[in-house]
Amino acid sequence: MVRFENVGLRYGAGPEVLQDLTFSIEPGSFQFLTGPSGAGKTTLMRLLLLSLKPTRGLISLFGTDSSKLDKDEITSIRRRIGVVFQDFRLLDHLTTYENVALPLRVQNRREDSYRQEVVELLNWVGLGDRMQVYPEVLSGGEKQRAAIARALIVRPDLLLADEPTGNVDPTMARRLIRLFVELQRSGTSVVVATHDLGLMDQFDGAKRLVLAGGRLHIYE
Amino acid sequence: MTGARSMVDSEESPAKPGWISRSRATGVALVPAASIAGRTLVTVVAIMTFLASLAAGGAVLISQTSRDWRSAVSREATIQVRPVPGRDIEADVREAVRIAAGAPGVESAQPLSKHDSEALLEPWLGQGAALDDIPVPRMIVVKLASRRTVDFAALRDQLLKSIPTAALDDHRMWSERLADMANVLVAITLVLLALLVTAMALAVSFATHGAMAGNREIIEVLHFVGASDGFIARQFQRRFLSLGLRGGMIGAAGACFVFLAAGLLSRRLIATPSGEQLEALFGSFSLGVVGYAAVVAIALVSAALCGQTSRVIVFRRLRNLS
Ligand SMILES: Nc1ncnc2c1ncn2[C@@H]1O[C@H](COP(=O)(O)OP(=O)(O)OP(=O)(O)O)[C@@H](O)[C@H]1O
Ligand SMILES: [Mg+2]
Repeated sequence: MVRFENVGLRYGAGPEVLQDLTFSIEPGSFQFLTGPSGAGKTTLMRLLLLSLKPTRGLISLFGTDSSKLDKDEITSIRRRIGVVFQDFRLLDHLTTYENVALPLRVQNRREDSYRQEVVELLNWVGLGDRMQVYPEVLSGGEKQRAAIARALIVRPDLLLADEPTGNVDPTMARRLIRLFVELQRSGTSVVVATHDLGLMDQFDGAKRLVLAGGRLHIYE
Repeated sequence: MTGARSMVDSEESPAKPGWISRSRATGVALVPAASIAGRTLVTVVAIMTFLASLAAGGAVLISQTSRDWRSAVSREATIQVRPVPGRDIEADVREAVRIAAGAPGVESAQPLSKHDSEALLEPWLGQGAALDDIPVPRMIVVKLASRRTVDFAALRDQLLKSIPTAALDDHRMWSERLADMANVLVAITLVLLALLVTAMALAVSFATHGAMAGNREIIEVLHFVGASDGFIARQFQRRFLSLGLRGGMIGAAGACFVFLAAGLLSRRLIATPSGEQLEALFGSFSLGVVGYAAVVAIALVSAALCGQTSRVIVFRRLRNLS
């Protein structure tokens, strides 16, 4: 589903943040991405989301060489990917409901075709009574759950979650990870970046991708 | 569908019924209104539309008036009989009237009396000038039934044969000169319109660049959640179209007001003698349906131009972005 071959990335003229990354993400797999702060987890997520181009090496997404994609193809690939950003990136002028519905709305879908789904998902992540408020009045954890709901609403083939449990209590964290596992069982490949060792230990069946010193180590 | 609805309705949260009854056909704008220099843009579009409407209305007035003028001028011709010593001018005038009235296509031929001729000259020569001492040419106004059936060359020959001091003026030169002048004026207003349109497009493009810079974060997120460039461009287009509509309507209303006021004023003035001259010169100041339709069309075109310009700019910027 995703394949990296000798991928390297540097920002501008700086040092290579990522070096010689070679790995693949299988359909329906679950992996944690971990490593110390500044190791390049977010950078790797951005490569997967096609928001950064590798300085060298090859990235193939859903069977296509990422360097050969035109804009429309990038758009259709992004519609198969759900992302939870480390800094949430909710739109401040939209309500929680509208934020979560956004990925469907940009596909020009009619609201009555998805309203119920959005409401259900919001209830599931515990935001049923926060649907009509704006992000600025949400707590950190509530924003995080809204961001997760926005990533899940399209039932993506690939879910990228950058520190999705950084702002919630351990119970909610487990609950959210269980939601990801649920999603993985239904066929989605899940990548969760985290440095919460305790959390990873609770799901120790998952593959671990560890970034350190710009290189990737894989523990199955 | 009804099943889905009742499921949602049965949700326990109190916030829901109000939310469901809210109409969300198009959804809340994805480009926030506050992020665009909206009021400035509305003002600019209003001013541009106002000026463009005045220019277009002016062009309509000019071409209407020139058409009126030309049809009045071309329905007439004049014969001038110069007085020369040794000829009986009264007899010459009578003869010229007889010849002209008999020519095909001529409705009537009316000589201006000596008194009328003097009245015509009065503004130039002053009242009570001793006109008897000055040889004043006599004019004959020839009304034409239809310009096409008149053979001016034949009439001229016939006149000259019996009255060598007669001259026939078929007014063609005046008519042509009027038409030329009107065409030049209309061309000038068209150039003005083109300049206004260009200036407006530039203003919209500035505003769009500003709005895009201010909404970078939003554009990025929209891209990440799978929005195409077309979708994003449409969001901007919709915003600018509505701003353009507001500005266009204000400008058009202003222009219509000016035309109505000018029309009313001129109608009141026309009741006075100098007003008649005004009307003769400028027409009745009434724009007519065509004129008002043109003003409304300009407002709509302004709005469409706003939307379209911002769409093109957004598209181009997004293309260069990646
Ligand atoms: N836009 C950028 N321009 C230049 N350098 C950057 C940029 N983004 C990240 N970096 C650098 O790249 C390195 C990796 O950053 P990244 O954000 O990927 O780390 P991370 O593993 O996500 O860290 P954290 O766990 O703190 O989120 C860091 O040294 C960072 O300073
Ligand atoms: Mg990070």
